[in-house]
Amino acid sequence: MTAPLAQPGPAPDDTALIQLRGVQKVYGEGESEVRALAGIDFDITRGDFVAIMGTSGSGKSTCMNILGCLDVPTVGSYRLAGVTTTDLHGDGLTLLRRHYIGFVFQGFNLLSRTTALENVELPLVYRRVPAKERRKTALRSLDLVGLSDRAEHTPQELSGGQQQRVAIARALVTDPELLLADEPTGNLDSARTQEIMNLLVDLNKMRGITIVMVTHEPDVAAFANRVVVFRDGLIVEDSRPERAH
Amino acid sequence: MFLQTVLMALREIRRNTLRSALTMLGVVIGVGAVIALVSVGRGATQKVTEDISKLGKNLLMVSAGARVRGGASSAAQALNMVDMLAIKREISGVHAVSPGSSSNQQVIYGNKNAATSITGTDNNFFEVRGYSIDKGRQFTQGEAQSGVPVCVLGATVKTELFANQDPLGTQVRVGKVSCQIIGTLVSKGTAGLGQDQDDLILMPLATFQRRITGNNDISLILVSAEEGLDTSIVAESIRALLRQRRHRPLGSDDDFNVRDMAEIADTVTSTTTALTALLGAIAAVSLLVGGIGIMNIMLVSVTERTREIGIRLAIGAFAGEVMMQFLLEAIVLSTLGGVIGVIMGLIGSFFAARSLSLPFVIPPEIVALAFAFSALVGVLFGYLPARKAAQLNPIEALRHE
Repeated sequence: MTAPLAQPGPAPDDTALIQLRGVQKVYGEGESEVRALAGIDFDITRGDFVAIMGTSGSGKSTCMNILGCLDVPTVGSYRLAGVTTTDLHGDGLTLLRRHYIGFVFQGFNLLSRTTALENVELPLVYRRVPAKERRKTALRSLDLVGLSDRAEHTPQELSGGQQQRVAIARALVTDPELLLADEPTGNLDSARTQEIMNLLVDLNKMRGITIVMVTHEPDVAAFANRVVVFRDGLIVEDSRPERAH
Repeated sequence: MFLQTVLMALREIRRNTLRSALTMLGVVIGVGAVIALVSVGRGATQKVTEDISKLGKNLLMVSAGARVRGGASSAAQALNMVDMLAIKREISGVHAVSPGSSSNQQVIYGNKNAATSITGTDNNFFEVRGYSIDKGRQFTQGEAQSGVPVCVLGATVKTELFANQDPLGTQVRVGKVSCQIIGTLVSKGTAGLGQDQDDLILMPLATFQRRITGNNDISLILVSAEEGLDTSIVAESIRALLRQRRHRPLGSDDDFNVRDMAEIADTVTSTTTALTALLGAIAAVSLLVGGIGIMNIMLVSVTERTREIGIRLAIGAFAGEVMMQFLLEAIVLSTLGGVIGVIMGLIGSFFAARSLSLPFVIPPEIVALAFAFSALVGVLFGYLPARKAAQLNPIEALRHE
C-alpha cells in the first residue's frame, strides 16, 4: 500500500496529467532560508482523485500552489499536460491556469455583492466569451451543482454549502481537466461536507475530471482514490485506500 | 473586453455609492471651480471690452498737455479749432472729428440742482460718441455758429431735474448762463470703470467757449477713425501732425496726448485675462488635490479588495487586466467627477454672472480642458494603485484576510 521512499522517479508517462520531477521550493535566503519542498517526484494520471494530507508546514500548500501554476519550483520541473512551467511566469502561468485548472478554496472566495451567476461567469469574462454564451454556460454549470434556482442570489444570501457549490460551479465553468480543491470542506459542517464530497466524487466519476484536494481530515481524504501524505517537504506516504463509499 | 471592464468598474462604483461620491467630490469641486472662475472672468473681460467700445467706435481722444506719470499734465499750449480742422483735413482714415471741451458746472432748474459735466461740442459728437437724440433735436447750423444758449440733456440729468416732466423748451441755469433745452439723449448706461455716460449736458462749442470758459481753447478733440482701420496708425499720424503744428523739436516729448480707446481696451482685456488665468490656476490646484484624493481611495480600495484581486488572478485574469480594471475605475470616477464638475461650474457661473450683472460666457476650450484634465487625473493617480493591484502575488492575495 505504501510506496517506497527515495526511489528514482517514475518513468515518463504520457497519460500523466501532472509530472513533478525533483521539485524543491526554497523561500528566503541565507539563515532565514526555508525549504518548503525538499525534492519530490509525483505523477498524477488523468481522471484520478488525489487527496493531499499533512500538517501545516509540511509543504502541501506549497505543492498545491505549484500544481495550480500560482508558483514555480526553485529546483526541478513541473509538467502540466506536457507543458513545463519552470520557465514561465506571469501571463504564461495565467494562460495555463485558464486552460487546465479550476480552483476551489476553503474560504469559498466568491466576490461579495455579486450574484452567483456573475461569480460563475467571471472566468469566462477573462476568456472573452460573448455575454449570451457566457450566461448559458454559467447556468449549465450552476445546474450541475444543483443551484440553478439560486443564480440571482449573492453569496451573503447563500449558506456555506451553497457558496462552496457556487465556487465549484465557477471552477467547472471553463471545463478544466484539473480541479484543485484547497480544504474545500474546511468551513462546513459534516452534512454539508458529505454533500460537497459527493458532488466532487460525481464530477470525478461522471465527467472524468482530475481532482487534487488538500485536506487534513481523514474522513474527507477517504473519498479520494489516492492519498498522499506530506511531512517536512517530502512525500512520506502514497496509498490507494479501499473506497469506503 | 474593454466594455466589460468599464461595466465592472461602474458596478464597483455603484456598490460603494457614498465612498465613490466622496472620492469624486474633489474632482467635482476642482473642475467646477476652474470652470466657474474662468467663465466669470471671461464674462468680466467681455463686459469691460463692451463698455469701452460703448465710449464710441474707433475712438481717439486728443488733449493738450504731456502725459505725466503720476502727476498733473504740464502746462502746454491748448488745442483749438484750427488743430481740429487740420486733423480732419490732413489725416487719412479720419471719419469724423468733434470738439469735446468740458467743464463741471452746477445746473439749476426750479428748486432742484445737479452738478454735471457740460460739454461744448458740435453735431458730429452724436456720431463720434454714439449718442442719439431721444426727444427734441440736435443743434441747428445757426445755433452752432452763433453761440446762442441752447442745450441737450443727458438722461441722468434729465431725470434728476425733471423726473417725468417734459423738459423741452424750458430754461435751465448752467453755471451763470440761462440755457434753453432743445433735446434729450437716449441713455447709454455706464462705461468701463463705472462712469455714468448719461450724466452730461451738451451745448454748442461756440456757446461753451463764449459763456463758460471765455476763451477759444478746445480741451479735447474726439476723432473717429474709419471702420476697419488700425487706430494705432491713425493715432501715430495725428501725433506727427500735431508735433509739426506745435513745432516740437526733434527728440523732445509730446506736449499733448493721443489716447486710443482700442489700445486701452486691449490693456484692460489683457489685465482681466491675466487675472482669470491666475484664478483658474488656483482652482486647478484644487483639481490636483482632488486627484490625490482619488489615489488615496484607490490605494485603500486595492488593500481592501486584495482577496478579490487574488481570486481574479487565480481564475485566469492577466495582471494587465487587473491593472486595467483598477485604472478604469479611477478614470471612470474622475471623468464622472469631471462631468458633474462641468455642470456644477456652469450652473455656478450662470448665477454668479446674473448676480454680478455680467454676461454668461461658456468657455468651450476650458470646459474641454478641465474635462480632459479630470480624465488625466484618473490615469495619473489611478496608475499607482492599479499597478499595486496587478503586482499582487495571487497566493498571498488569496490568503489575505
